[in-house]
Amino acid sequence: MKQKLEAVRPRDRSWHPPAYFPDYKTSVLRSPRLPLVSFTATKSELTGPVFGHGMIRPTDNDLIVNGRVDGDPIGPRMVLCGAVLDEDGRPVPNVLIEIWQANAAGRYRHVNDGYLAPLDPNFWGVGRTLSAADGSFWFRTIRPGPYPWRNRVNDWRPSHIHVSLWGAGLAQRLITQVYFEGDPLLPHCPIFNSVPDPAARARLVAKLVMDESLPHDLLTWRIDFVLRGPRQTFFENRPEGA
Amino acid sequence: MPKETPSQTAGPYVHIGLMPGVIGIPFEPERNWNRLFRDGVQGTRIHIEGIVFDGTETPVRDAVLELWQADAQGRYPGHDTDADPAFFGFGRAAADFSTGLFVFETIKPGPVPMGDGRVQAPHCSLLIFARGINIHLHTRIYFEDEAEANARDPILALIEQENRRQTLLARRTLRDGAVVYRFDVHLQGPKETVFFDA
Repeated sequence: MKQKLEAVRPRDRSWHPPAYFPDYKTSVLRSPRLPLVSFTATKSELTGPVFGHGMIRPTDNDLIVNGRVDGDPIGPRMVLCGAVLDEDGRPVPNVLIEIWQANAAGRYRHVNDGYLAPLDPNFWGVGRTLSAADGSFWFRTIRPGPYPWRNRVNDWRPSHIHVSLWGAGLAQRLITQVYFEGDPLLPHCPIFNSVPDPAARARLVAKLVMDESLPHDLLTWRIDFVLRGPRQTFFENRPEGA
Repeated sequence: MPKETPSQTAGPYVHIGLMPGVIGIPFEPERNWNRLFRDGVQGTRIHIEGIVFDGTETPVRDAVLELWQADAQGRYPGHDTDADPAFFGFGRAAADFSTGLFVFETIKPGPVPMGDGRVQAPHCSLLIFARGINIHLHTRIYFEDEAEANARDPILALIEQENRRQTLLARRTLRDGAVVYRFDVHLQGPKETVFFDA
């Protein structure tokens, strides 16, 4: 389905983490210091790539099986589910959702991860899906472990899953991280706390949903994502401007 | 009225999710994210390459970049019904882990009508993700050999300082007969690239 944003509200930059956040040391040398140049989104920002179902294979959103070699990955089995909505609360379909995460021991399958915890031979930690007509999505995975990282002397990342969302246009582009309700590391994490407003931080925390958990199998965690854009139209057979 | 979900850094392991092939994860072995076209594409084939530099002029070697652009006639794939079917319009490139160099293989975009009579000069939208970047950076690549169109571009015109406009111009060179545009990004410092809020 071809989609185009009609317009987007201005992005509230004070709701997002500032580019310069010294507790997260790497941000110091990677943050622009001059003002952003603001303009009303043009066609170049209101359009974006159209990702079709053709690029998604059936196991792409099942991290328990997609990296399998000779068994299931180790760790607490879980589902991450929710919906993608716009700023009017309406579902956004066909959003490409890509996730990546550490394994249950807190180790990423990445050449630059030197943590001493082991890799899991049956786990890649990558998944993707498209949101459904009602905006819904789900991934089956294992709960990622916390891990230490080089920032201050004793900084640890809370358990988290990275999430990339490509909606209908460039202006909706968003990459974020999802955390887990009740994680005692959250108050200590400078990346989580780079988001200034506690109400905004709460939006990054998945909630345990016992009713949707599967007895003797897995726990279900729920998070909804909100993308910019109050207006969206579908014009599959309608030429531009008609 | 729900507000937008807050951004978080893509972190150092962004490749696992966006470009698993570059770190050897065979999640999508058929995909070549940094080539934006199939054979038969219309227009001039070009390479766009560069390095993202931090405030000490050190290459950001963990950056991942996304490019979105119109086809050779200024039409956006998937949105303009007559857009070139051999052109995807979208690509991703990872900075090289040792040099920081990123490369896109694409075509020179055409000028894009604004809908109100004005025309945007040929340009590519560029998004930058990396560890230490808390919310992705958005900039545009314009082409130095489009001086006339650039002079009339309504977005470039918003940049007050002429020397800052220069940060958005890709420099044209020829290498083994291929057209290569060089576009370096400076995250901060005297050569800081113009970043947008749109």
